[in-house]
Parts: sequence; structure tokens; C-alpha cells
Amino acid sequence: MEPSAPGNLRCFSKKKRDLTKPVNVFHSTGDGMNAYMAYKVSTQTTLPMFRSKMFTVRRRFSDFLGLYEKLLDKHAQSGYIVPPPPEKSIMGMTKVKVGKEDNSSAEFVEKRRAALERYLQRVVCHPSLLQDPDVREFLERDDMPRAHSTQALSGAGFLKMINRATDAVSKMTIKMNESDVWFEDKLLEVEAEDQQLRKLHIMVESLVGHRKELSVNTAGFAKSVAMLGSSEDNTALSRALSQLAEVEDKMEQLHQDQAASDSFCLAELLADYIRLLGSVRASFDQRMKTWQRWQDAQNMLQKKRETEAKLLWANKPDKLQQAKDEITEWEAKVTQYEKDFDRVSSTVRKEVLRFEKEKARDFKKQIIKYLESLLQSQQQVEFWTLVCIHNRLFHTFF
Amino acid sequence: FLSYLLFGHGINVDLQTDATLQVDISDALSERDKVKFTVHTKSTLPNFKQNEFSVVRQHEEFIWLHDSFVENEEYAGYIIPPAPPRPDFDASREKLQKLGEGEGSMTKEEFTKMKQELEAEYLAIFKKTVAMHEVFLCRVAAHPVLRKDLNFHVFLEYNQDLSVRGKNKREKMEDFFKNVVKSADGVLVAGVKDVDDFFEHEKTFLLEYHNRVKDASAKSDRMIRSHKSAADDINRIASTLYTLGTQDSTDVCKYWTKLFPLFSKLSKIEARVAADEDLKLADLLKYYLRESQAAKDLLYRRGRALVDYENANKALDKARAKNKDVLQAETSQQVCCQKFEKISESAKQELIDFKTRRVAAFRKNLVELAELELKHAKGNLQLLQSCLGVLKGDT
Repeated sequence: MEPSAPGNLRCFSKKKRDLTKPVNVFHSTGDGMNAYMAYKVSTQTTLPMFRSKMFTVRRRFSDFLGLYEKLLDKHAQSGYIVPPPPEKSIMGMTKVKVGKEDNSSAEFVEKRRAALERYLQRVVCHPSLLQDPDVREFLERDDMPRAHSTQALSGAGFLKMINRATDAVSKMTIKMNESDVWFEDKLLEVEAEDQQLRKLHIMVESLVGHRKELSVNTAGFAKSVAMLGSSEDNTALSRALSQLAEVEDKMEQLHQDQAASDSFCLAELLADYIRLLGSVRASFDQRMKTWQRWQDAQNMLQKKRETEAKLLWANKPDKLQQAKDEITEWEAKVTQYEKDFDRVSSTVRKEVLRFEKEKARDFKKQIIKYLESLLQSQQQVEFWTLVCIHNRLFHTFF
Repeated sequence: FLSYLLFGHGINVDLQTDATLQVDISDALSERDKVKFTVHTKSTLPNFKQNEFSVVRQHEEFIWLHDSFVENEEYAGYIIPPAPPRPDFDASREKLQKLGEGEGSMTKEEFTKMKQELEAEYLAIFKKTVAMHEVFLCRVAAHPVLRKDLNFHVFLEYNQDLSVRGKNKREKMEDFFKNVVKSADGVLVAGVKDVDDFFEHEKTFLLEYHNRVKDASAKSDRMIRSHKSAADDINRIASTLYTLGTQDSTDVCKYWTKLFPLFSKLSKIEARVAADEDLKLADLLKYYLRESQAAKDLLYRRGRALVDYENANKALDKARAKNKDVLQAETSQQVCCQKFEKISESAKQELIDFKTRRVAAFRKNLVELAELELKHAKGNLQLLQSCLGVLKGDT
């Protein structure tokens, strides 16, 4: 059973290249807890670095996590914002594995599929990450070795590990001499936005819950009104009540659709960006680390110079040469680390600007999609209410 | 000034606005644990000392009046207008109190906003309870027989406290047992098959109808509660969008600032939809739940009278057979017969009137509700289309 992906996310780029990546789902034939969901990743491209123009591979969820870990290992230190995959969810997956064929598991599978698709889209839209051979291998290679290390750590677990390390760094009372106020302000902005997005996400989830509840209660009400209509002995009123019951039935469906839209368009978008903001903060922390390393090197150089001075005073010529060598070594390191810091700073800055542009595009697109679905719902409401007014109520009563 | 609520409710449409007796609640005051209604009467009837006058009444006095009708044997053949429900501000008051306690933990704007919302809720409950009490009085004033009741006139005119205290524990226990006996009796009485087709049909009909209205009322309440919760969520989302709009300086900021007014207005419309459903649907169902119960009570009283009549007949036959206390049995039988026939006669008309009122009220409310929902849908559409236009046009 291969449901088709409802929509491909295209990645905007100034270069004339085409890289589309729908992610489809198909179930494997394992049983019980050993069963796993395999995802069909299809790529269409004109880029010369790939072996063919169209190809499909099967990947498991842990493979996606494995890709993320590899990219993180290689690129995080340079200050890149490495897009994070969706979190592992023991609850969700267990229900699906146990073969629970109900709405909530279908919803979960679809949400995960779409989230994985968006994840890959973000990776390939990143000009530097796309060049990484691991990315190419992930998209192309038919048989990939299982990513075992991810069994211990979910994507979220990994992120948490990073955040904890960076928190430790910030807790060391380093006062960066912020020559560039931009970074300080930007970080505050990111943290404030993160806080608000989390709040918003909780509220949207609450809305989804209440709309689902409304849908169920509307269905109950519709049945009740139908019963009332059938026992009403005035024929005209009885017909009007049956009509009301029919309309409420339609409303039930509309509420459900609206809840799905709230969830898929809004809640998922917010969840993505909450995770992404985590990656942004991680990149800021990387910059902090490189600064720290540079400072530490400068301190070490200072110590070596002091040692040299002491040796000169004590007149120990044999140890003096070693001291001079160490000074040269550390001078080189200081220069290198300063260059690294500048490089990482500039990368982080570029990355943040690119991220913000992408975020604005993403939000605009999703918000338009969401509002259009709301519009459609309301048009349905208008239609059914008009039917109610013009058809039954007028004819039976007036 | 609150009489518009009566017609706004549309619960009793066919009430003739009779110049001979017009009653309304012109004012109301909510105090700590009671509500004081100003009952205003305009009448050309000779019974009253003046043509226009007002008194202040509390809920317990309405209940006293209602109970006096129920207990009056003369009115056994009428549908007694259902008593208004007790004003219940407990939930609303509790919320306001919690808000006061939590004042320190929220910003001034949040606090003011929440306070306004809760006050609006309180006001809505208040308006409803006034309307319910007014509807009761108007039903009585419109009834050809009940409007002449002496207690009713005292209620309207006597400008001192009627000194009807609420029931104490013992009286409440008595009521409880009375109800138990009544429902057991009711089952017995309902089991008696009626010779009259009209009443037999009414009995079956009312029993089923009452139960289904009860179910519909409960289900509509649940649906409306979910709707209100969803509207609240949208409102809270709007507030967060506002915060995001003010603190963000990136490209995405303009979307927050465009979305905030949209969600804010959408939440208001959702809240209005829920409020309209509450007024036109939930209140209607609740009222007809009470009235159908009153109609059932009428049928019970008639059934009771029928059983008494049949028993009196049997007693008369026995007395004649034994030739003992025949005169006594004859008088008793005649009394029962008259009582039964009197109730039957008026009951038939009452039940027909009930149907007419019910159909008219449902019609009015369902049509008005549909029109309001259409208006709101159009409002939503306009908001969404205009916002989409702005977002799409923006490069």
C-alpha cells in the first residue's frame, strides 16, 4: 500500500537546477514489534553529481536520524545550522506497529512522512550540505548500512545532548567582548521567538483538541436532533428538524477537516521551527566555543611567554629553546583560532540570514495554505446554511 | 428596558400583548448572593389600585408564586408555566475570584482583557436569568385564567417583602418524598389506558418528546461548550501573534502583524456563533424541556383524576350492591366526575396551545439561527479573503 504524497515541497534556488524529493511511505512485511516502516525517497534532479536523473531508495526512520548525526558531526563546528529531523516517538510508532488501523495512527504516519520530507528538503536546499557525500549516499545508495548508533539516541536526544553541553559553556562566566553586538541581539531575538513559538504551539494543539471534541459533540447533537424531529408530531417542524440534523452532520465533517488543517498546517510548521531554532542556538554556541578556544590559546601563549621570561632571568639556555619553540607553536595556534573564529562568525551570520529568508518564505506559504483551507470550510458552511434557509425552512413554514 | 430580551429569545411568540395587563422586568440588580428584579406592571384592570406600578422581587418569591399555582386544585387542568431556574453565578464568580488571586502573575493588559471577558460572561448570564424570570411572568399574564389569580396580583402589587423564605431542610425532605411518591404514582397512572384517543396520543407523544428534548438539550450544551473553548483558543493564539509581531524584527514579522487582527476577529466571530447557538438553540431546548414537563404534569393530574373517578364509580357500585352509604358514595362520585371533566376540558385546549407555541418558537428560532450563521459565515469569508489578498499580493 503506497499512498501518494500530497504535495512536494520545491526548494527555491537562484541556480537553474531541479531537485524534487517526494517521500512516500510503504510498510514492510515484518511482524509485531520487529516490523518497521520503510519510506520511499524519490529524487528527481539535473545535477551532474548524481548517477542518474531519477532514482528511488528505501530508508528507515533511523537512517534519517543517522544522516543528521553525520551532518552534525561534520558541519556543526563550522557554524552551520544543521536542520533537525522529527523526533522519535515511541508511543506513535508502537501503535502503528501493533497494527492499530485507526485514524490516529494514520494521522501519525502521514505527519511523520511529511516531516521527513520537509527535513530532506531543508537539507538539500542548503548549498553547503548538499555537497556532502553522505547526503548523496543517502539519496542514491541502494543498500545503506543500518545506522546503529541512533538506536540509543533519538534526534531529540541528540539535540538535548548538544544543548546541555552548550548550556554548560554559557554557565562558565565567559564574558565575550562582543565587538559585534549583532550576535548578542540576534541570540536574544532567537530565544524570545523560541519562547513564543512554544506557547503558540501549545495553543494550536489545544485548538486542535477542542475542534476534534466539537466535531464529536456536533455528531452527537445531530443524532439527537434527528430523534427529536422524528418524534415531533407537527409535520413541518419535523421536516425542519431533520434538515437541521443533516446540516449538523455536514458541520461535523467540516470541524474535523478544520482540526486536521490546524494540525497539519500550523502545528507541524511550529514544531519544525521550534526544532530549527534549537539548531540556530546550537550554531551560536559553536561560535562561542571557537571564541573560547581562541581565548584559551591566547592565555596559554601568555603563560609560555612568561615561562620564557623566567628562563631568561634564571639563565637556563637548554630549556630556553624549548620555550621558544612552544611560543612559536602557540602563536600559530592563536592566529589559526582567530581565523577560525572569524570564519565561524561569518558563517553563522550568513546562515542566520539565509535561515530567516527561508523561514519567512515557509511561513508565508503555510499560512496561505492554512487560510485557504479555512476559506474552503467557511464556504461550505455558507453553502449548507443557505440550503437550510432556502429549501426546507422557507417551503415548510412560509 | 429588558423586555426586548423576551422577544429576542422568541421562546413565547404567541403571547398577546394585551393592554389590560402588561408585565415586564424593567430593572435588575445583582448583589452578593441574590438578584433583585424590578417587576413593572401596566394595567387597566380594576383590581389594581393604580394603572402603573413597580415592586422589587427575588427569585424565591417567583418560586412561591409558581408553587402556589401547582398546589391550587382549581388550576389542575392547566399547564402551569414552568418556574424560572435559580440564578447561578457561582461558576462565573469563582472565575472572577481566581482572576483576582492571580493578578500578580500576569501583565496589566492580560489582566484587563481577562477581566473584561469574565465581566461580559457574567453580564450574559445575568441577562439570561432576567429573561427567564420575565418569560414566566408574561406567560402567567397571558393566560386567561392564571392572570386573574389573587396571589399573582399580590405578587405584582404588594410593595413589601412577601416574606417567603426559601425552604428549610425539613421542607426540602418533604418535597423529596413527595416527588418519589409522585413518580411512582405517575408510573401507575400512566399505565392506565385512556379511552380518549386524543389524550392517549398526547401521553405517548409527550413522554417520548420530553426524553428526546432532554437529550437534545444536553448534547447542544456540550457542543456549544466545545465551540466556546475553540473560540477561546483562537483568541489566545491572537494574543501570542501580537507578542510575536511586536518583538520580531525579521522578515517573518510582517506575517505576525497581519495575522494578529485576523485571528482576533475570527475568534470574536466564533464566540458570537457559539453565543447565538446558545441563545437560539440551547435556551429554546431548555425551555421546552421544562414546559413539556409541565405538560406531562398536567396529564398526570388528569390521569390521577381519572383513576379517582373510576375508583369512585366502583365504590358507588359496591355501596348500591350493599345498600349502605349510597348517598355518600353518590356525592363522592359526582365530585370526582366533575373534577375529571373540568380538567379534561381545559387540558385539551392547553395541550393544543402548547403545540402551537412550541412550533412557532422553534420556527422563529431555527430561522433566526440560520440567518445569523449565514451572516457569520459571510463575515469569516470576507476576513479570510481580504487577508489572503494582502498576503498573496505581498512579495
